[in-house]
Amino acid sequence: MSESGLKPQMKYKIETKAVNLHYGSFHALKDVTMGIRDCSITAIIGPSGCGKSSLLRLFNRTNDLIPGVKIGGDILLDGDSIYDKSKDISVIRKRVGMVFQKPNVFPMSIYDNIIIGPKHHGVKNRSKLEEISESCLKQVALWDEVKDILKKSALDLPAGQQQRLCIARALAVEPEVILMDESCSALDPESTMKIEELMANLAQKYSIIIVTHSMEQAVRVSDWSAFMMINEDKIGTLVEYSETTKMFQNPKDQRTEDYITGRFG
Amino acid sequence: MALALSSISALALITIFIIIQGAPIITEVGMFNFIFGMTWAPSQGEFGIFPMIVGSAAVTVGAVLVGVPIGICCAIFLSEFAPVSVRNFFRPAIQLLAGIPSVVYGFWGLLFIVPFIREHLGGPGLSILAASIILGIMILPTIISISEVSLLSLPRQYKEGALALGMTQWQAIRYVQLPAAKSGIVAAIVLGLGRAMGETMAVIMIVGNSVALPQSILDPVRTLTTNIGIEMGYAAGEHRQALFATGIVLFIVIMILNATAQYITRRK
Ligand SMILES: Nc1ncnc2c1ncn2[C@@H]1O[C@H](COP(=O)(O)OP(=O)(O)OP(=O)(O)O)[C@@H](O)[C@H]1O
Ligand SMILES: [Mg+2]
Repeated sequence: MSESGLKPQMKYKIETKAVNLHYGSFHALKDVTMGIRDCSITAIIGPSGCGKSSLLRLFNRTNDLIPGVKIGGDILLDGDSIYDKSKDISVIRKRVGMVFQKPNVFPMSIYDNIIIGPKHHGVKNRSKLEEISESCLKQVALWDEVKDILKKSALDLPAGQQQRLCIARALAVEPEVILMDESCSALDPESTMKIEELMANLAQKYSIIIVTHSMEQAVRVSDWSAFMMINEDKIGTLVEYSETTKMFQNPKDQRTEDYITGRFG
Repeated sequence: MALALSSISALALITIFIIIQGAPIITEVGMFNFIFGMTWAPSQGEFGIFPMIVGSAAVTVGAVLVGVPIGICCAIFLSEFAPVSVRNFFRPAIQLLAGIPSVVYGFWGLLFIVPFIREHLGGPGLSILAASIILGIMILPTIISISEVSLLSLPRQYKEGALALGMTQWQAIRYVQLPAAKSGIVAAIVLGLGRAMGETMAVIMIVGNSVALPQSILDPVRTLTTNIGIEMGYAAGEHRQALFATGIVLFIVIMILNATAQYITRRK
């Protein structure tokens, strides 16, 4: 039980308040308001081009890198605006980690991939860094497979292991939230299964937000689901957001139902 | 195909010609005496090119010390920070820099760099330092364009991944992108080395050309290329052969540099 008396799962880790996103003159997201709970997995689903990735990238300010982007509304992390002018972007990105669609290990050794983050956040002690690398690799169940080849190039690992290494690398900076944008879509079923197990474990400590095209995956792993779609003006909106079991058994919105049944049936 | 063959055979002919012309003198004075001999006095039959090897090395290393940091900074600026309009302006400008005849660089050095060194730092002005600065500028186009291409050709995911770990943009460049582009940048440096070592005209004008071991970077030296450039016009007999032999040494060093650059870029 947390101090507020709410279970951690009930507390909002991230809240979006009427978020709007423009890429230049293109309106990509309209009035997205949702609260994402701590220590849980939230899945964002919806047809291609509806703005799932765009929304996800707002949570760690990755969209800031794109020229011409305009962001309206606000996003709170633990009740604090992350778009506040005084906020250090790198601190926000440290707190909100991201795993990408294709594994993007850096062209350096496995060990260096893991410690590069903590090293730049001030961990200099070597034995401490080794400790971090071991514990993160254990968390993603990669330790036994790579403990003897830590100095080898990470690029030589198979894709599934590379993706788990990317997750370990994200964990190494001790984030509070982990964003995963279709992080299993480039992987074989076995690696996907491993990563889904991993998500379930991580969700005890972190809040995890995933984007996925697989309804089955959303049902398997997520506690909460958000269904997005473009509206009649071709602007991405949040259609329905509820507990995953509720949404898939008993969708409230006709569009959600069409999408889910279309995909399943 | 025929064109490629003919250009390769032309290259082979040149190589053979230089070797035939230069080899006899090397066998006569001995490889060791030729390369490590301290005296170059063709009229007395003394052919030691060691001071010129030192001169070439000093000027080349100096050029790299001047050109590489500036070149890499420019490449980082162009690939990471410059808006497209600025980039589109600088790219052709840098190509233009490569097209300026080297005698113009030499002239410019003689007018500005040499007097500046003489007045503010001492010595004759014609010096290793002057040549290093001018050569450093001359190798900039090579360094900038190759480094920029290798930075731009990195997958965008490296940068995104680094930023997603909370690294700053500079940290991402310094600790992820530059190391990832390492092979291209090293190749750029090696090619720059070769270009600096092979440059003749600009160097003749500003390096002083005295055949002696330098004591400081303000001293004049003679390089392998300038030795050939200055004396070939009137050399005959053994003297002429010795200049060809100097050419062989230069040729081998530059071949090694270029092969290294190729090896590095290909290994990736
Ligand atoms: N950098 C950008 N500049 C301009 N428009 C963009 C940019 N990124 C995305 N868009 C547009 O914004 C809309 C939403 O894109 P987004 O990538 O968020 O969709 P998505 O739901 O993740 O799609 P997918 O399922 O195919 O990954 C699309 O119409 C896309 O073309
Ligand atoms: Mg997407």
